[in-house]
Amino acid sequence: MSEIKPGWKELPRGAVSTKSSRDYETGDWGISKPEFDREKCTKCTLCHFFCPEGAISIGEGGYPEVDKDHCKGCGICAEECPVKCISMVITK
Amino acid sequence: MSGITLREAARKPDGLATGHRLCAGCDESLIVRMVLKATRGPTIVTNATGCLEVATSIFPYTSWNLPWLHTAFENAAANASGIEAAYRAMRRKGKGPLAGYETLDVVAFAGDGGTYDIGIQALSGALERGHDFTYVLLDNEAYMNTGIQRSGGTPFTASTTTSPAGRVIPGKREWKKPIDEIVIAHEVPYVATLSAAWPLDVMQKARRAFEAEGPAFLHAIVPCTRGWRYPPEKTVEVSRLAVQTCLFPLYECRFEEGRPVYELSPPSLGIARRPESKRPVEDYLSGQGRFRHLFRPERREDLLDEIQGWVDRRWGLLLERAGL
Amino acid sequence: MHFDGDHEMNKQVLLGINGDESVAYATKQVNPDVVAAYPITPQTIIVERYSEYVADGEVDTEFVAVESEHSALSSCVGAAAAGARAFTATASNGLALMWEITYIASGLRLPIVMAVANRALSGPLNIHNDHGDSMGTRDSGWIQIYCENGQEVYDACLEAWRIGEHPDVQLPVMVCLDGFTLSHTMENVFTLPDEVVKAFVGEREFIEVEGHAGKTEFRLNPEVPLTMGPVDLQDYYFEHKLQQVEAMEYALKVIPEVDAEYEEISGRSYGLLHPYMMEDAEVALLGLGSTMGTVRYVVDELREEGVKAGLIKMRVYRPFPSEALIEAMGETPVLGVLDKTVSFGSPGGPLYEDVVTTYYDEVERPLVADYVHGLGGRDASPKLLRGIFESLMEIKEEGSVPCKVNYVGVRA
Repeated sequence: MSEIKPGWKELPRGAVSTKSSRDYETGDWGISKPEFDREKCTKCTLCHFFCPEGAISIGEGGYPEVDKDHCKGCGICAEECPVKCISMVITK
Repeated sequence: MSGITLREAARKPDGLATGHRLCAGCDESLIVRMVLKATRGPTIVTNATGCLEVATSIFPYTSWNLPWLHTAFENAAANASGIEAAYRAMRRKGKGPLAGYETLDVVAFAGDGGTYDIGIQALSGALERGHDFTYVLLDNEAYMNTGIQRSGGTPFTASTTTSPAGRVIPGKREWKKPIDEIVIAHEVPYVATLSAAWPLDVMQKARRAFEAEGPAFLHAIVPCTRGWRYPPEKTVEVSRLAVQTCLFPLYECRFEEGRPVYELSPPSLGIARRPESKRPVEDYLSGQGRFRHLFRPERREDLLDEIQGWVDRRWGLLLERAGL
Repeated sequence: MHFDGDHEMNKQVLLGINGDESVAYATKQVNPDVVAAYPITPQTIIVERYSEYVADGEVDTEFVAVESEHSALSSCVGAAAAGARAFTATASNGLALMWEITYIASGLRLPIVMAVANRALSGPLNIHNDHGDSMGTRDSGWIQIYCENGQEVYDACLEAWRIGEHPDVQLPVMVCLDGFTLSHTMENVFTLPDEVVKAFVGEREFIEVEGHAGKTEFRLNPEVPLTMGPVDLQDYYFEHKLQQVEAMEYALKVIPEVDAEYEEISGRSYGLLHPYMMEDAEVALLGLGSTMGTVRYVVDELREEGVKAGLIKMRVYRPFPSEALIEAMGETPVLGVLDKTVSFGSPGGPLYEDVVTTYYDEVERPLVADYVHGLGGRDASPKLLRGIFESLMEIKEEGSVPCKVNYVGVRA
């Protein structure tokens, strides 16, 4: 990433941050990503709360969906799922 | 009464955006995400220097979807005091940018470094002055951001870089500073302990903290996969074990009619009612590399007994205080 | 003299108050949202008097009785970040304790106003006047105004808000008054009517910034969130510092502008510095604060004796008014600099170093000598100052400076 960084004349005063970290992809930090077995899923939503990245959102129909650009592959969701419907699959 | 449900909270946009640089499996962001799910209106956050602050604000990126201020390590409570004072003044004057808000929740996030040690003065001052704010202690039991150095919150025998388990000295020699008792002694309206293993409990307590009139203190046990040395996917389990072994009981304490009134939260109340379900502290210690020297190369029965004794005494004290 | 009691614009009320009370009174008239302060001699009267105003309901200020100076400035930072007007006061080791936060207040571009009742830094402990405390923060990015007398203190405490909050500046402002000499000495102070003060300081206005969530006023705004106080890695810190450098440069222009506006309502104007008898001066003394009042007395005496003495009272030390200094000096060949602090191990006192740096590349330069005096409240008497002028006259005779840094008034 060789972007040209702004100089002091362009930066906003007050040293306020200028970009949301949503634009910063952390999905390549880990080697695995979760996969969800919808048949077993009880839509308890716990995985949404247990994701440190906030990368699991509750989507259509109440099923979890993972933001692969930000999932770091920590595996907490798979570990904690009460019905063990999540498996961490190595993607790299 | 809080009226928060998992389903509704799951739909609420996160106050902490994704894309931060916290470690995979970090419990800080679990607690912060859950606490922020409980915001009830305009909210301003102050944050002491530490893992959370650094990893969420590397210029130009920020993970904060709320107004957020960081200044230094030891003064999250003082920053919060100033914001709260500004709000009160503007409400009194009836003018100024914050004057129009019926409620404004001021939340300070700090680690154990910024709370037990260098930040205790600012915290104590803010509690004594009775500012209406919520202080959230993210307790990962060491100065993690600077590389796992011991703090006043580091538990007995834990190995850190400044209290290493060496040939002669087995880790930290001092016991964990009783920060909850210290805060409760300030006679503040609401104090509660949190574990990310019970998300609804966290959110309900956070909401009660925001609603409390005066200082509220939330103490979260925050396992750190790097500093405590366990695999990242075990973070919630480690947090759960802290509660199940009664090393970190879940409870609330309100100061009512001139005295502290303790109430155990369901996970700990369950253990109080069925003492046989209390797990030995070894179940918690054995899974963490920072306590490895208690088991290898030889079992340190003496130290394990001391730790169990400490846990049992404090659990007994809590039961007494809760009238159980 | 530039005092004017009855200004055609406003009938001013003459009060007999000491420097600390001047600070408190001016601040009362401004009625900031938050005052967070911790007592320390010789600033205590400021805090006490202000507490009385609060207790009597004369102000709307939220007074935060903080538990230390570090928390005092930290609370002001929180308040100012939230969009409030915030004020504090301290001295000596109190300023030293909040040193960390002074840099942060400036770096976060918060126009806080602070009165510093100049007092020597410990150790050993000394509660009397010198400039060690504020000089210790001269690099922090605060605007520094030094006052000669109680009237200047009152006036500076009003102007400070307009200077710091100016859209081109956005920096915190330190108003310095000599501990005990000014803080505890009752003087005649002409005070403006409340409505005039309110009209002059107005309401705090905000610059607009564009953060990650869009454009907003520069404050913690629940509608459009800003992240204030991020982590800068190696790739951004330097740039943010340049913004402060620029702000200081703008301050050199803004301060005289605000001053001109103040003159219209008060009849008094101060600018960056005050030359006295400099038009034909052959020897001159430059300094900060109350000592310059005594210097003026000595200059008058010397003039009667036929000595062409002059003085330059520097009012604004940060930003350093190099151009104004060169202009005020004109062709005066010999300049003595009064430093009321010592910078151990350095080639001279801070004020001396700034003066010499100002002149280094100039074609025409005066001979400059440093006179470190007054440490720990050691009196700068007319006799002492005469002695310094005599030293300057010798320099003029010899055409050279025998001793660059002189420590005067100390027993060997």
